[in-house]
Amino acid sequence: MEKKLKIVGFLCNWCSYAGADLAGISRYQYPANIRIIRVPCSGRVNPLLILKCFQEGADGVLVSGCHPGECHYKEGNYYARRRMLMFKNLLDYFGIDKRRFNMSWVSASEGAKWADIVKKVVEDVMAASQEKTDL
Amino acid sequence: MDRRILVIGGGISGVQAGLDLAQMGIQVTLVEEKPNIGGRMAQLDKTFPTNDCSTCILSPKLVELASHSNVDIFTCSSIEDVVKLDERFQARIRKRARFVDEEKCTACGVCAEKCPVKVSDLFNKSITTSKCISIPYAQAVPAVYKIDKEYCLYLTNGKCGICKKVCPADAIDYEQKDTIEAMDFNSIIIATGTEEFTPQIRPEYGYKVYENVLTSIEYERFLSASGPTNGQIVRPSDGKLPSQIAFIQCVGSRDVASGNYGYCSSYCCMQATKDAIITKEHNLTIDSTIFYIDIRAYGKDFDKFVDRAKTEYGVKYIKSRISEILEAPDTKNLIIKYITPDGKIRIEEFDLVILSVGIRIPDKSKNLLRGLGVELDEYGFCRCSTFQPGETNVDGVYVCGTVTGPMDIPEAVVSAGAAASLAARGLLSPDTSSEIMAEKPGEVDTEAKPLNIGVIVCHCGTNIASVVDVPSVVEFSRSLPNVKFAHELLYACSQDSIRLIINKIKEHDLNRIVVASCSPRTHESTFQSGLEKAGLNKYLLQMTNIRDQCSWVHQNTPELATQKAKDLVRMAVGKSRYLEPLYELYSDVNKACLVIGGGIAGMTAALFVADNGYQVYLIEKESELGGNLLKISYLLPEEDIVLALQRLIRRIEEHPLIELFLNANIKDIKGYVGNFTTNFTTNDEEKSAEHGTVIVATGAREHETESYGYKTDPYVVTQREFETVLKNKNPLMKYVNSIAMIQCVDSREGERNYCSRVCCGQAIKNILQLKKDYPDKDVYVLYRDMRTYGLREPYYAVAREAGALFLRYEKDRKPVVEKIEQGNFKIKLFNEILGKDIYLPVQLIVLSVGIDSLETNGQVAKMLKVPLNEDGFFNEAHVKLRPVDFSTSGVFVCGMAHGPKHIDESIVQAIATAAHALTIVTRDKISSEAYTASVDESRCSGCGLCVEVCVFGAIEIDEESERAGVNTLLCKGCGTCVAACFSSAIDLRGFTNKQIINEFQELFL
Repeated sequence: MEKKLKIVGFLCNWCSYAGADLAGISRYQYPANIRIIRVPCSGRVNPLLILKCFQEGADGVLVSGCHPGECHYKEGNYYARRRMLMFKNLLDYFGIDKRRFNMSWVSASEGAKWADIVKKVVEDVMAASQEKTDL
Repeated sequence: MDRRILVIGGGISGVQAGLDLAQMGIQVTLVEEKPNIGGRMAQLDKTFPTNDCSTCILSPKLVELASHSNVDIFTCSSIEDVVKLDERFQARIRKRARFVDEEKCTACGVCAEKCPVKVSDLFNKSITTSKCISIPYAQAVPAVYKIDKEYCLYLTNGKCGICKKVCPADAIDYEQKDTIEAMDFNSIIIATGTEEFTPQIRPEYGYKVYENVLTSIEYERFLSASGPTNGQIVRPSDGKLPSQIAFIQCVGSRDVASGNYGYCSSYCCMQATKDAIITKEHNLTIDSTIFYIDIRAYGKDFDKFVDRAKTEYGVKYIKSRISEILEAPDTKNLIIKYITPDGKIRIEEFDLVILSVGIRIPDKSKNLLRGLGVELDEYGFCRCSTFQPGETNVDGVYVCGTVTGPMDIPEAVVSAGAAASLAARGLLSPDTSSEIMAEKPGEVDTEAKPLNIGVIVCHCGTNIASVVDVPSVVEFSRSLPNVKFAHELLYACSQDSIRLIINKIKEHDLNRIVVASCSPRTHESTFQSGLEKAGLNKYLLQMTNIRDQCSWVHQNTPELATQKAKDLVRMAVGKSRYLEPLYELYSDVNKACLVIGGGIAGMTAALFVADNGYQVYLIEKESELGGNLLKISYLLPEEDIVLALQRLIRRIEEHPLIELFLNANIKDIKGYVGNFTTNFTTNDEEKSAEHGTVIVATGAREHETESYGYKTDPYVVTQREFETVLKNKNPLMKYVNSIAMIQCVDSREGERNYCSRVCCGQAIKNILQLKKDYPDKDVYVLYRDMRTYGLREPYYAVAREAGALFLRYEKDRKPVVEKIEQGNFKIKLFNEILGKDIYLPVQLIVLSVGIDSLETNGQVAKMLKVPLNEDGFFNEAHVKLRPVDFSTSGVFVCGMAHGPKHIDESIVQAIATAAHALTIVTRDKISSEAYTASVDESRCSGCGLCVEVCVFGAIEIDEESERAGVNTLLCKGCGTCVAACFSSAIDLRGFTNKQIINEFQELFL
């Protein structure tokens, strides 16, 4: 089961994508379930894109940006934070387990943190999808 | 003739000076002693007061510099000698052997993995070890390994040679020799910086004796997520989590006992505050105590940062100078005995002690500077005069960064801009354009053609191929619809591989290229230039990262990694089907510059732009030039301020390229970078000016206070008025025997919760003048923290020696003034050591009232679409690395409009804004980003949500059509507007909804 989980990660170019690169350079190992899509800013990610991801069959979605206050475009991640918070609260209404959606802040120097986040996200999504199968 | 400038030193100030010059179209040779550029900033974890990640903000700058076509970087290099010949400098540069070919090394790291020799890791302050062949840190620029020849087994005794055997790129060259290259330069910028004080000089602190005593920079490496402990805070003695950390300030600063260190290092108070905050963020159980003499939070928003440290993070600040640290032998804890402000002796135990070490000029730099004939001050700094910051006594040699005195990052960046502006004088002219257009072959029209996708899969030596089954990924790629060609390459980024890609594009008529290899952040431009050479628009490239984000992180699951690599290729192919050619938009640049404000900052900025041959419109709302400077009589160090001001005003008035408008009021400013129109009135006459850039230098004003009876009592004056009293030898002084100066009046609390930065220096300046003219008069200074930072500190010492008495008070126990009769006061002040009130009889009270922002800033901010901070000062684009820019392109800020500052600091900023304005006006055309937003008018409802979210002021609602329109030249391509739009009417080129959806849809087919 765990092997088949597919999680889409939207990562901002400036911090999180760079953090994921650093995880690689530092050889931090994490599960291979995540497929990363590079976007300029977490503020680019429209909740509708995430919904579409779930519709198409994603087991989980992760949006990761610069830490609040550190956005390359000054405020993009603030908008992302608010949108994603709202969106997460709507997921129940859509009938999507909240654990399947995550948001994180990873800077360019946090390779280890990125690896930990992926591990955690995979666990969460795993738990959610197992419960679903149990039903 | 070749216009080339030598920049010595590759720390942040050298890097910034290099970038500014390169952007003006001048050739730059940057020489750095270490194997990589970035300096000390690269070692920092975060930066105050925003706690921005240091690497995140620094790395893009380093990459930008290294990839700039006008820049040559010499690392592992030093200056042999410099000779001045006919106004030009001939320098010989020694490049020490790396024993690794810079062109060939791909930084794959196989060599270091196999190297058997461990050496001390200097980048990590020897906390850990690295290999004998190494790269200082992952994001180092240039990303090239280097062999430490002292420890290399092959280079010392001819045995080993493993790195050469394993290097897949054949980059190891044991025969490499030092080389010496002679080059000619128009001018030289010295940015050699400083080194940290070595605390062994203070044996009482036990550094290197007690294991749990670290320096501040060592501690930064512990805090850093990419440091030796991955950001875990541990005690070096036992690897355990500390619970009580002490920071000891002023180690090697304000410290004449350890040697010639009478200056303040300026940044350490804030660094300790930042580190204490980050420590708490890392682990809530760790408490920090900072032992300080004065907390010097003099910068913009610094006091608020310290307040947060105290209230939100529970950081304890204790005013006490620590004379000794002892170690408890069993626990290796550290025992600190200190005297509390109320005079009691306390003993406390800490499990980790951080010494906030100061900075000093290394002997090597002193020798270099002296070799060039540059005069140094008693500490070895190249101190510049107030009115000529950045200039040395040698024509054509300029300085920036900490070599001119202690400073923090933004000041170094500002001084770098100023040095660039100075060094470029005479090299620019409106007739020569800085644009060097590379020849591009005619682009192939891809519109009408069927999709022909080419897929390149890289082995990266064994980096990818040892985990991912590359041939099967290639095979899989071939099976995807529209893929015409798929191929694997050992190193896709090597020169011959790029040639192969170009040939295959032509041979198979490919019109979309997918490269599955490493990170687009480092290699996209390499492949893009390949596409361009093949006649394809470079944005028809899609990269996907199967190394950093696949093979390297899934080493133990090769099958899953291969499956993921296939998915990633398939996603990239999916997106590539919808890629479109993109073009940067070019727009003409109006070469004139508008300067708002005729104070010292505005006048300086105007002169520097005009001296380089560009038109300036200088607008001043008053009837004369000079601003606050008109009211200042003395300076430290002493200079003739009246003469300097007169000269400046005369030069402005006589300058053929400066058009001056007095009694002027701006009505509106319209337009964008390169094309502004400003309507204003001057002496009630309507005027209009067209210009390409704007420099905001509106200044600030002295605060008007009502405290301590100022409004009603003629014997209560401000520092500035007291200066005039001294200058005019006012007869009032006959009746005055003792004077009290009260610092921080209405400041650093309540509505004005910021430090005005200049008042402590102002008080010291007036004391010295007073003691010169009236040596017998007593003066008391009632202060909260004396903030005579940097090279102002020694004057504070002189004032104390001259007999001025400094008495501290707390914010909640202010001095109380009792008026006995006209010109006779009794001041009640609580004395902590005595534990009771003392009374000071004085005849004159001098108030340090600080500086207020202008109420009119709001209007200017609105017209230019730029922000103010909560205290009403203009907010720069980035507090550390873009201190004189706004997010809105083409608009800059300098002087006190940005925040309170000293005259020399205003001047440096002004010269730096001139440099940044010059990077725009030296171009004939400016280009937009390629990835920009665009509006589908048929879907737009004109609701304006996109306008609200755009921080760059790039979107406006057209009044006639009532639809949103994007100014492509201002758009930075973040896409926040796209996500905000209800009607999907706005989209981001290069990251369109369609492209992204098709990217992930492929996953689930």
